[in-house]
Amino acid sequence: MEIDKNQLLRFTTAGSVDDGKSTLIGRLLYDSKSIFEDQIAAVETTSKRKGHEGIDLALFTDGLRDEREQGITIDVAYRYFTTPKRKFIIADTPGHIQYTRNMVTGASTANAALILVDARHGVIEQTKRHAFIASLLQIPHIVVCINKMDLVDYSEEIFQRIMHDFEGFSSKLYVKDIQFLPISALHGDNVVNRSTNMDWYQGAPLLYTLETMHIGSDINKIDARFPVQTVLRPQRDEFIDYRGYAGRVASGIFRPGDDIVVMPSGFASKIKSIDTMTGTISEAFAPMSVAITLEDDIDISRGDMIVKTNNQPKAVQEFDAMLCWLHNTAAKSRAKYSIRHTSNDQKAMITNVVYKIDINTYAREEDNKELEMNSIARVTLRTTRPIMADEYRENRATGSFILIDNTTHETVAAGMIV
Amino acid sequence: MNKYYLNYLDELESEAIYILREVWAQFQNPVILFSGGKDSIVVTYLAKKAFFPSKIPFPLLHVDTGHNFPETLQFRDELIKDLGLTLLVASVQESINSGRVSEEKGKSATRNALQITTLLDAIEHHKIDCAIGGGRRDEEKARAKERFFSHRDDFGQWDPKNQRPELWNILNGKHFEGEHFRAFPISNWTEMDVWNYIERENIKIPSLYLAHQREVVWRNQCWIPFSEFLKLDENEKVVSKKIRFRTLGDITITGGIESEADTVNKIVFEVAAMKQTERGNRSDDKRSETSMEDRKRQGYF
Repeated sequence: MEIDKNQLLRFTTAGSVDDGKSTLIGRLLYDSKSIFEDQIAAVETTSKRKGHEGIDLALFTDGLRDEREQGITIDVAYRYFTTPKRKFIIADTPGHIQYTRNMVTGASTANAALILVDARHGVIEQTKRHAFIASLLQIPHIVVCINKMDLVDYSEEIFQRIMHDFEGFSSKLYVKDIQFLPISALHGDNVVNRSTNMDWYQGAPLLYTLETMHIGSDINKIDARFPVQTVLRPQRDEFIDYRGYAGRVASGIFRPGDDIVVMPSGFASKIKSIDTMTGTISEAFAPMSVAITLEDDIDISRGDMIVKTNNQPKAVQEFDAMLCWLHNTAAKSRAKYSIRHTSNDQKAMITNVVYKIDINTYAREEDNKELEMNSIARVTLRTTRPIMADEYRENRATGSFILIDNTTHETVAAGMIV
Repeated sequence: MNKYYLNYLDELESEAIYILREVWAQFQNPVILFSGGKDSIVVTYLAKKAFFPSKIPFPLLHVDTGHNFPETLQFRDELIKDLGLTLLVASVQESINSGRVSEEKGKSATRNALQITTLLDAIEHHKIDCAIGGGRRDEEKARAKERFFSHRDDFGQWDPKNQRPELWNILNGKHFEGEHFRAFPISNWTEMDVWNYIERENIKIPSLYLAHQREVVWRNQCWIPFSEFLKLDENEKVVSKKIRFRTLGDITITGGIESEADTVNKIVFEVAAMKQTERGNRSDDKRSETSMEDRKRQGYF
């Protein structure tokens, strides 16, 4: 495999309990020859013990003891496979209603979402919920896998009808790229290999779709943002005056000589060098981890952001965001939370819940404003000091934040700046 | 073709560096758990990259089972000297001597599970609030559910059903006194990625990973190195084989495979064609279907 050219694609899978999600992942791994013999042997033994005919592909994704016993997925599990074209990371998220938080977690870093629909049942409430979350989290690519086509006689008519239904409700959502695939995970139709049962389908199988999807534009390359993680000040003779700002480029491109501003202080300078252990480089783009040095000695610390002079985010202390509540303990009105936005840590207060969204109907609820586990709402937040905000729709890295409960230190909410 | 993208190995490297810098920024007293195995060597190398031109700003902690490959200890000491770092050693033998744990009985007795107590004692003793490990999610099914920043309660325990959600690249390392975190910068790497990276970056590894002639015993479907710690059955014979190790751990349970791969490049090809998982040669994982999960819950690496 040629490492130089191969990109990483992260995708998440969403489906309800019996949509065949685990079988699909098992099929992808099995047919792409990503499973080892000892794993196959273990699954064969278990399949036999449970009385399955042949090998139960879903068992490849089984994890914790409770999951095996109850046949469910509890938490996000990550799986890996590589083809000659790409390396893939699957965030395998449970489909139950109470696990919206897990899908949000899996979706937050994904390039693509696979949404599974059972061909026998068509679009159901959970499908709408999954599509909504994928659009809320701005996953750039959505692949709707209409599964179990074998159980509906590989009917083109059924496929078309489900596609039509999906397009109907999803027109209200903001989705950049969406594709529909008729598959049978159980029999392998259109997963890795092209199906011989659906000549009417002209598109590519799932794996080829994932291998060739254009992900080069998934990261914002326009707005240069560099959140400072830590300052490097080596106490070594040859680097005695060195002061490097360590961080990972969140978006955009930086080059030596660029005019920059440090936010929120507003001090201006120029980039002197961009350093790595193996030498200085002529440009740094997202998501590279580098150290930046500046022409001038400025007081910079963790939480500051280096941006280009001619393209700055807004330094805001009051802003609206879409919030997904992730914790059992409901939001307390006017309570102070810690907000973590890039490397910046501040205190924040939810000053207003504008509306809650019913993620099954997409209707706005303006009467019930209680933020409980899995609630999604538009809120207004106020912070003690400014954060350097971009709109989430423009920039996933600098438009996102989390809220942390100060009394438990738990992550309680995920936010996307509107 | 848009040239502004990273290949996957560069992206994994960048992610790991980001996580290591977050550890440094969010914790008071982190350490790297150093076993002498390739994963902890790669993590240490990545830490060097993350903080260059500064030195790695934290010590290495070795949980010493007392059943070491001599090569591992020598490698460890040279690395520490090269990097100019402090080495902390937590000794399982001392835990046994002081009565904190007692040795398992029987032929397949190992000190694997005993490490948990020794590790947790060391974490408490040195007031460590974050232990950085080389764990990878592809290794084992319980590990597939780990976070980058994995919270441990004040008994050092992991609760897989109650983990903090980890969104985007925002890591929450906030904790109370007495609690600690485990951080896994190479969570998203596979065995193949590790070897490709070792080859690309020309990282020094212990000679044990390369094929070499060795006195071994056939046990649990793999070649266990003969050492003074090994109790032999009547039926077991010590033979000489050309083998290499896919993982390195306690010398009494780490199985080797027959191999001709005596360079990193040959290993890369061998691993690519491999039909068995890496931990298939670890008898500690063969005890039951959930042995890793059980140990992890208690505070294992």
